[in-house]
Amino acid sequence: MSLDRPLTRNVRADRSPTDMAAYEANGGYQGLKAAVGKLSPADCLEILKDSNLRGRGGAGFPTGMKWSFVPMGDKCSPGDKYLICNADEMEPGTFKDRLLLECDPHQLIEGMIVAAYTLQANVAYIFIRAEYFKAAALLREAIAACHQKNYLGNNILGSDYSLEIHIHASAGRYICGEETALISSLEGKRANPRAKPPFPQVSGLWGRPTIVNNVETLCNVHHIIERGADWFKSLGLTEDAGTKMYGVSGRVKRPGCWELPMGTPVREILEEYAGGMADGYSLKGFLPGGGSTDFLVGEHLDLAMDYETIGKAGSRMGTGTMIILDDKTCPVGFVKNLIEFFARESCGFCTPCRDGLPWSAQVLDDIQHGRGRDEDMDTLARQVKFIGAIGNTHCALAPGAMEPLQSAMKYFPEAFEQHIQGSCRHCSGGGH
Amino acid sequence: MPTIRIDGVEYEVQAGKNLLESCLSLGLDLPYFCWHPAMGSIGACRQCAVVQYQSEEDEQAGRGRIVMGCMTPVSDGAIFSLDGDRAREFREAIVESLMLNHPHDCPVCAEGGECHLQDMTVMVGHRDRHYRGRKNTHRNQYLGPLLNHEMNRCIACYRCTRYYRDYAGGTDLAAMAAHDHVYFGRHEEGILESEFAGNLVEVCPTGVFTDKTLVHDYTRKWDLQSAPSVCVGCGVGCNTLPGERYGRLKRIHNRFNVEVNGYFLCDRGRFGGGFVNNQQRLDYPGLRGDDGRYNAVDHHQALQHMAEACRNARVAAIGSPRTSIEANFLLRQLVGTDNFCPGFTELEQTLVNLALELQQQSSAVIADIRSVESADAVLILGEDLTNTAPRLALAVRQSVRNKAYEMAAGLGLETWQDAAIRNLAQDRRSPLFIAASGDTRLDDVAEQHLSLAPQDVARLGFEVAAAIRGGGGVGNSDTAAGRIAAALMEAKRPLVISGTSSGSPQALQAAAAVAEALAGAGHRPMLNFTVPEANSLGQAMLTGSAAPSLEAIAERCDRGEIDTLLVLENDLYHRTPAALADRLLHSDSAIIAVDGLDNRTTSAARLVLPAANFAETEGTLVSLEGRAQRHYPVFLPQGERRPSWVWLLACMKELGHPTATDLHQFDDITRACAATVPALAGITGAAPDHHFLNVGVKIPRQPHRYSGRTAMRADISVHEPKQPEDEESPLAFSMEGLNRWQPGALLPFVWAPGWNSNQSLHRFQSEVGGPLRGGTAGMRLLGAGTTGPTAAIDPPPSFTPVEGRWQLVARHRIFGSEELSALSPGICELVEPGFVEMRGADAHGLGLTEGDGVELDAGLATLAVKINDSIPPGCLGYAVGHAGTANLAAGASVSLAKATNWQRPPQVISTDRSGGGHV
Amino acid sequence: MTETTSMQLVPTLSEEELRLIDAEIAHVPYRSAVAIDALKIVQQHRGWVSDESIKAIASYLDMSADELDGIATFYNLIFRRPVGDKVILLCNSISCWIKGCDGLQQKITEQLGVQFGETTSDNRYTLLPVTCLGACDKAPVMMVGEELHEDVAESSIVRILGGSTEP
Ligand SMILES: Cc1cc2nc3c(=O)[nH]c(=O)nc-3n(C[C@H](O)[C@H](O)[C@H](O)COP(=O)(O)O)c2cc1C
Ligand code: SF4
Ligand code: FES
Repeated sequence: MSLDRPLTRNVRADRSPTDMAAYEANGGYQGLKAAVGKLSPADCLEILKDSNLRGRGGAGFPTGMKWSFVPMGDKCSPGDKYLICNADEMEPGTFKDRLLLECDPHQLIEGMIVAAYTLQANVAYIFIRAEYFKAAALLREAIAACHQKNYLGNNILGSDYSLEIHIHASAGRYICGEETALISSLEGKRANPRAKPPFPQVSGLWGRPTIVNNVETLCNVHHIIERGADWFKSLGLTEDAGTKMYGVSGRVKRPGCWELPMGTPVREILEEYAGGMADGYSLKGFLPGGGSTDFLVGEHLDLAMDYETIGKAGSRMGTGTMIILDDKTCPVGFVKNLIEFFARESCGFCTPCRDGLPWSAQVLDDIQHGRGRDEDMDTLARQVKFIGAIGNTHCALAPGAMEPLQSAMKYFPEAFEQHIQGSCRHCSGGGH
Repeated sequence: MPTIRIDGVEYEVQAGKNLLESCLSLGLDLPYFCWHPAMGSIGACRQCAVVQYQSEEDEQAGRGRIVMGCMTPVSDGAIFSLDGDRAREFREAIVESLMLNHPHDCPVCAEGGECHLQDMTVMVGHRDRHYRGRKNTHRNQYLGPLLNHEMNRCIACYRCTRYYRDYAGGTDLAAMAAHDHVYFGRHEEGILESEFAGNLVEVCPTGVFTDKTLVHDYTRKWDLQSAPSVCVGCGVGCNTLPGERYGRLKRIHNRFNVEVNGYFLCDRGRFGGGFVNNQQRLDYPGLRGDDGRYNAVDHHQALQHMAEACRNARVAAIGSPRTSIEANFLLRQLVGTDNFCPGFTELEQTLVNLALELQQQSSAVIADIRSVESADAVLILGEDLTNTAPRLALAVRQSVRNKAYEMAAGLGLETWQDAAIRNLAQDRRSPLFIAASGDTRLDDVAEQHLSLAPQDVARLGFEVAAAIRGGGGVGNSDTAAGRIAAALMEAKRPLVISGTSSGSPQALQAAAAVAEALAGAGHRPMLNFTVPEANSLGQAMLTGSAAPSLEAIAERCDRGEIDTLLVLENDLYHRTPAALADRLLHSDSAIIAVDGLDNRTTSAARLVLPAANFAETEGTLVSLEGRAQRHYPVFLPQGERRPSWVWLLACMKELGHPTATDLHQFDDITRACAATVPALAGITGAAPDHHFLNVGVKIPRQPHRYSGRTAMRADISVHEPKQPEDEESPLAFSMEGLNRWQPGALLPFVWAPGWNSNQSLHRFQSEVGGPLRGGTAGMRLLGAGTTGPTAAIDPPPSFTPVEGRWQLVARHRIFGSEELSALSPGICELVEPGFVEMRGADAHGLGLTEGDGVELDAGLATLAVKINDSIPPGCLGYAVGHAGTANLAAGASVSLAKATNWQRPPQVISTDRSGGGHV
Repeated sequence: MTETTSMQLVPTLSEEELRLIDAEIAHVPYRSAVAIDALKIVQQHRGWVSDESIKAIASYLDMSADELDGIATFYNLIFRRPVGDKVILLCNSISCWIKGCDGLQQKITEQLGVQFGETTSDNRYTLLPVTCLGACDKAPVMMVGEELHEDVAESSIVRILGGSTEP
């Protein structure tokens, strides 16, 4: 049992799922047994706060702090709050939650039980994207197995705590991953995000206190409760504790996803784990954590992959799954693909996103296809300013969409210029 | 009051507001789209952006961040910039984005010239277009005869669906699709179901939803002549702004009155004025010759004849509860109190006077619309408000949200945080209980709807009152009365509503008893009664309960005691069963009818005097809450049409009537009436008299861009004719004068520099959403009484169905139950053929299915059957005011038989199925 | 009234569909909250969601067809038009784009004669783009029905799609 890789210790090379027996044989449900009925919810919360766990869904918000906003005890009638697992993974270039869900479904369930116990929620939902059929089936099996063992259901293991977990398979749309849009969708509505405040912690699902956490975040919870905050902190190389699921996609030798100590340097991930750039390709830049993070370039390779460090370098660690831009792929096409994605996935609620993103995509399309004009760069710069700041739009989708564009304009201005002048060396050949 | 700083200037603002409304209240221009003063904020359009600084250092350093004014509470010491480049550039970019797909079809758009999008485009200074792509286009839908749909103009502010669904409770309009494909429409084409759909015309900030009846007869806002008016569609008395051009009423917009109708009208009010242009309009006096045919006469001759018929004769008169106090008062002066019938049947007279007396006595607060909206528990006895007093129903619909506001307050959310509060409260509502004889259009938000025969509705009310008084019954959750009593007792602002529409005096008494019981238990309850018509209550105040009813007059006709019967603006065939109307109109008395439209009553008259309608004359009306309100002519009647009061005054002068000596002008009549009738003493306060000058000048009916008077008449003469003088009011038939700062009753249109749309209203309000700067229009004539009703009243016996007999219960329809609006274009297409409603089991027993014909009491009426299981057992609903139902009266007992030779009435085929309209 | 209308319309939903919808309703505080689940259930049984289905589901959930249609048309995996027996979801997000999803799309178009949004004339396949499928390390990827195909090469399209439906 590998204690320094808690999240993936059950992940097999062939990615076959771990069932209840295998999971328990490898120390599974010990966190549940240590917590439910043994520790008070308040104690669990303290441990979690101490652990420095930060949300793995992209924003990196400290999980313990988020939970501490939920009204507890007398301030909230029992059963009147909800825990939701965000398994909507659709961020372009992100493929870490799928791995956790498909290889070790029980781990998520155990994390959710301990999390729900800490919050004293009696109902929890897993909001899973429509296309994850296999994961949804495995989770259903895992839930059924838990009911048989009384890890779920009434009076879990003889305690006075009860919990049901329901699975909601989505019907598409990237915006559902945004936590308040997710809540709208779970309520059976159009997935329009909601303004904050009020935060879901006080008014979420059905107007009740609600916590939304990412799959990876929740998978950590019972490990922390079982082994303690210090153990968790010791796993990370930097301030941001624990391990992290890092991934690399693009033209590298071994694209993939690995659990590594938080703060592992970018170069190590890229070269040791992903095997370096594929033959014949060299690195031009990379998005550190999914399609809505800013480009970093070669000079950033030695930075530690954690929230702080990557943030200071002008980007965000996001989901921790890097997308590599190689020297033979056109940056203009690259960002156009992303902006088109975000334009298509806009929920259509607020103006800058709904109308601004399609315009940006249109300009990029013009540029890409040789219809660009010099003033288009000004237009794009204005769009970045207009759409790109949190608060300008109703939710974070559109500002996120602007991150790769603005940084591409900063790091690869020549790519845009060449296109406008009709001489892109990537695209003249007809490929990317 | 918090102090905030905007661009270096400190302002005191009201706590609990958002920055956008605060700015507008301060007179600062901050553009917006999705926010609406009545609907709060959602932060969708991002148009109201400003920069907020955390501190002074922040400001000096030029940091700060963009926030939405509508989503930002004003807190003491907050620092903002509206004028800084960043905020300005952002706001311009928003309009530019909205314009990407906007068709720029302003020249052919019905919204042009009063378009909020145009105003905001100019306000943010957006001019140059950078976008080179294609525009998205949409298909439009047919939404019925009242509204036009042109989706390409949409800017996706979500106001339409928020208004239609969240505010008005409609279900058949929704936001469809996502990203830049969002579409606002119906699942399928079809007539919009909400009775309040017309407000979309004013809610939509651009030209997606426009008034179809206007589009077909179009005039721009700046070319409309308009004047403050009052809706004559029902007893609520909503304030309106009718607009005229070329002697035709073009459209009706809402006139804001914070206590009566706020920002919204119902569709009867908005579209129901079209009868003014009806082809049955009478333009010349007509005198019936010996051959039975009418000859047009001029007004001198007409007056001669009228005076002749009144001189030395036994004269009686029938007034009208849908026309002004002044006309009715003059008529009463002319014929004498004993000979003046207010125009009520006996039952109506009882009901309306009871409604008046109970309110006069009650210690409850007679609720205005704001109070209704503030109620946190409501009991409605015997009313389908949406069809009998529609605007009141819309207010009750808001009242159920008080539960949500209460929950929101617990989280520190301000009431304007609309989406957040809806998400928080979900379907939790303040209690609304409805007891009525069949389903009502507020059932969807009611905690409980009880379908009971009218007697039992009243009984329930008395039981609730007893439970409250007895204390013990309260909280007895086994009985409906116990639950209702408990909910009312628990509330801070309980409201009881009943009315005359079910024809049950006991329902009124029961409602008053509940209010009294609440008052006795230490509450300050609110009470509201609906009445049938725009001036029903005024008429009761004028005449009291002792005045002769129509039946009493008929008896005198039968006995040959009346030589001349004057009928004022009242089609008796619409109001009473044909038998009674026949007795009144086809006796030996000579009938003189004063009316605006040709109808069966005028056809029975010897002399017909064409009367100006509400849009052509001034008048005072008393609404259901006892508010005297003045309406003004929007334009002058053409031909020989005269206001009724002018005819009557002239006749009295002709006769040398003593009480007319000192009467010369309209104001004189109002004053004389106030001096003569104690209950109406307050009516002179309804509006300033004709001497009033606004900073030395009159108030214009025409906006200063009013154009083309000369061109309008170019085929006759290129010389501009002198505009008519208005000697009767402080308003002028011209663009000269001053439309600002005047009393609230004298607001002829809303316009302010930079604000061509109706959103300019905030410039006339003391604060956004608050009363007009010049004060709230109208004068309340009912204060809270103190005594409460004196006599204890026994509940009526409960209703027991009799085998083979059915008790008629009145079923009202917003379109069709009211006489004049049903003659208006658009609405006339929505009026159903007459029908009766019965339970499926009853129909089955008689071998009837939906659409079959049924004969009532051998020949009384034959009508189409509708199956409705909400009708109480033993009862039969009938469509009040509809074709074929004139002989039916609520409470009557009838037998039923399947009609032989029944032909299903033809479906009304719409005259216009085109979705997108062109001007 | 609502009940009588729903009684008339419900029969258009099968017992199996109703049973599955009821099971969802058990987890939520009000019926309309299962709108999306119900749409998916019906779609699973019928392949797509017709206007009639919208009306039937809406009345069963005590909501208006208009409101339900607003929800149905929001979500890209609710099909308001008929689709083929299998839906091909071709990922065209960034990692798959880098690895040549455009080429795959062309290949599929050649093979089946359909563009994005279209259904083959034999009704076997509908081709749709989809957001990042969370398998970027195996890019380019696509789903056919419920099956995920990883590291798809243009040359394997024929094999995956069964080699039929030449245009
Ligand atoms: C447009 C958008 C899409 C998002 N998609 C996801 C997602 O698919 N999965 C996820 O866990 N978080 C996603 N998030 C972040 C969530 O809003 C939320 O912050 C997260 O689920 C919280 O979990 P955590 O605290 O455990 O990170 C998204 C955010 C935005 C703005
Ligand atoms: S930024 Fe606005 S339109 Fe875009 S997804 Fe968020 S709320 Fe919807
Ligand atoms: S008015 Fe403030 S965002 Fe629309």
